[in-house]
Amino acid sequence: MAEMAAQGKSPEILFWVGCAGSFDARAQKVTRALCEILNHAEVEFAILGSEERCTGDPARRAGNEFLFQMTATTNIETLNMYGVKKIVTACPHCFNILKNEYPELGGHYEVVHHTQLINELIVNGNLKLKEGGDFKGQRITYHDSCYLGRANDVYEVPRALLESLDVDLVEMKRSRKNGLCCGAGGAQMWKEDEPGDKRISLERIEEALETNPTAVVANCPFCLTMLQDGLKAKEKNEQIPVYDLSEMILSRL
Amino acid sequence: MIQSLLFILVAGVSGWFAWKGFSRVWRNIQLGKPEKISGNTSQRWRNVLLVAMGQQKMFKNWLPAVLHLFIYVAFVITQVELIEIFVDGIFGTHRFFAPYLGAFYTFVISSIEVLSVLAFVATIIFLSRRNLLRIARFQKPEMKGFPSRDANLILLGEIILITGIFCMNGGDKVLQARGVEHYHLTGDFAVSTWLGPLLFGGMSNGAVVIIERFGWWLHIFTVFGFICYLPYSKHLHIILAFPNTWYARLTAKGHMENMPEIQLEVRIMMGLPPLTPADGGESAPDGNPSGELPEFGANDVFSLSWHNILQAYSCTECGRCTAACPANITGKKLSPRKVMMDVRDRAEEVGAAIASGRQAVAAYDDGKSLFDRITPEELHACTTCNACVEACPVLINPLDIILQMRRHEILTQSAGPAEWLPMFNAIENAGAAWAMSEPREAWRDA
Ligand code: SF4
Ligand code: SF4
Repeated sequence: MAEMAAQGKSPEILFWVGCAGSFDARAQKVTRALCEILNHAEVEFAILGSEERCTGDPARRAGNEFLFQMTATTNIETLNMYGVKKIVTACPHCFNILKNEYPELGGHYEVVHHTQLINELIVNGNLKLKEGGDFKGQRITYHDSCYLGRANDVYEVPRALLESLDVDLVEMKRSRKNGLCCGAGGAQMWKEDEPGDKRISLERIEEALETNPTAVVANCPFCLTMLQDGLKAKEKNEQIPVYDLSEMILSRL
Repeated sequence: MIQSLLFILVAGVSGWFAWKGFSRVWRNIQLGKPEKISGNTSQRWRNVLLVAMGQQKMFKNWLPAVLHLFIYVAFVITQVELIEIFVDGIFGTHRFFAPYLGAFYTFVISSIEVLSVLAFVATIIFLSRRNLLRIARFQKPEMKGFPSRDANLILLGEIILITGIFCMNGGDKVLQARGVEHYHLTGDFAVSTWLGPLLFGGMSNGAVVIIERFGWWLHIFTVFGFICYLPYSKHLHIILAFPNTWYARLTAKGHMENMPEIQLEVRIMMGLPPLTPADGGESAPDGNPSGELPEFGANDVFSLSWHNILQAYSCTECGRCTAACPANITGKKLSPRKVMMDVRDRAEEVGAAIASGRQAVAAYDDGKSLFDRITPEELHACTTCNACVEACPVLINPLDIILQMRRHEILTQSAGPAEWLPMFNAIENAGAAWAMSEPREAWRDA
């Protein structure tokens, strides 16, 4: 972003990479996939790079409001300085907090999740999917992330993308509004589970396996990790991949 | 005459008890902090009409929804009859409205009867779901003791009420057919016209009069008893569901309440001016004139909003939230229903101590807090997934309370899971949720 600003350019969209997208090996692949898609569609976009900080989602959900306010205010100062208008992110937690919680702190942007942006690009004809592809007709189950689904009522856009991929979408028993969490939210990602009978990720992946899928699809870096953990516990991680929607789209460009 | 006096006495005493009970609940709700909730009245009306009145959210699962609807509609329409019972009770008349309303009267009573039969069936099914089929969500630890007795008691009350109605109407029909004085003709009622003769046809006039009077008094006693019992029961939701759905939060579920006091402090610390409402921020809160160390988050009913306590009193203890909670499903101690029940029980405890004069509102200190009921282990198990919020048929938000208590733990007690500290430190020092050595853009070169 700094480079573009120095050249006097203001890109139409800022890609908010997020901590997972920046540092988590699995999520980095999603970050790169999204960049490729945006390049393919000739969308002019920028990233904040080292000027991007954690949005503060895990701190706020853990209860650390001071830390959240500090990191969020710093981010908003940066975003406002560059005059950012529209943000895309591949992380539903970043999406939710930028969209719903930054305005009260003085950060007003149009925020979209990457599945929404990709869908927009396809609908507007800026992205054309090739015929056929690996996923055509495959039995695939879709996991609603809490922060895209219940938190923001986005259920149908990701499903529309799956439809454009011609997959055979099989729903889990608990889906859409009733979808079951992967177990990572609310800063659980950064701590051990409280005592209980089983991990939430295991409960969820068992439900996914009941649909007998060839792949499981998610839209959130934390869900990716959790679902993969669950598959590992079931010793199914070799046979059944977990994809982010963007990766499936990329394979069809 | 004696009956009239007796009726006025019973009505008066019940009214007094009900008044005491309801004003207790009202006072306890006021223990919470003030919070102004307004705006978007059309959406609020929609919630009241669809969710409270229309029970929209019950229909996620149609069987209990339909059965519940029978009981609810039967209950509401039976109250129409209550008007007549009051007139008859006070003036010693009999079925006062029948001659004036004619066929319409017959229609109303018939509807009550049909719904009563449906409600009777529903009640039996509900009792067996709770006690024979032992549906999982009714068997959680927080339902032990009073909560589960409470549910059964009301279902039993429903059966008694319906028995009363059919004794009263059935007896009446038999007496009408025999032309007994005082029992004027009312037209055919849907059920008691045949049920009455079937049950009481062989009895003497005197016996049937006793049965009719017994039914009438049983009916009214159950209704009065119910009204007095309501403020002690989860069945308070039949009233509070209405204000509760009205005041429900309308923002996206993912939105977490902002803390303007901390926002202001952080902005001052960073050398920034306070946000004005024009920036989209809330107007800056007043300073802290008392100079006391501020408490952040909630550890007791006093630091929750009155709205949180209203929600606690509106809880139907149905457990739909807990049945949807990923933490609870996987055997963790957290149960969002228990959170709501704990808040209500604490409000009761505090309210009772204040009412008895043992404690003063301003300087309340009984050495206890919400944390004695809701443990950190429960709070820490929450994934903030909003499944409980989505599941609740009366728009209660258990997550809001969990998050306010987490805030208290971290901000006021400086406690919380030690495993979170590295994450906090990383965000504070490195601007990332993990302490990483490589730069934030390293993914570009991978
Ligand atoms: S938000 Fe927390 S309490 Fe509510 S269902 Fe999810 S994990 Fe359970
Ligand atoms: S909070 Fe709502 S869903 Fe949970 S038990 Fe109470 S009424 Fe039922």
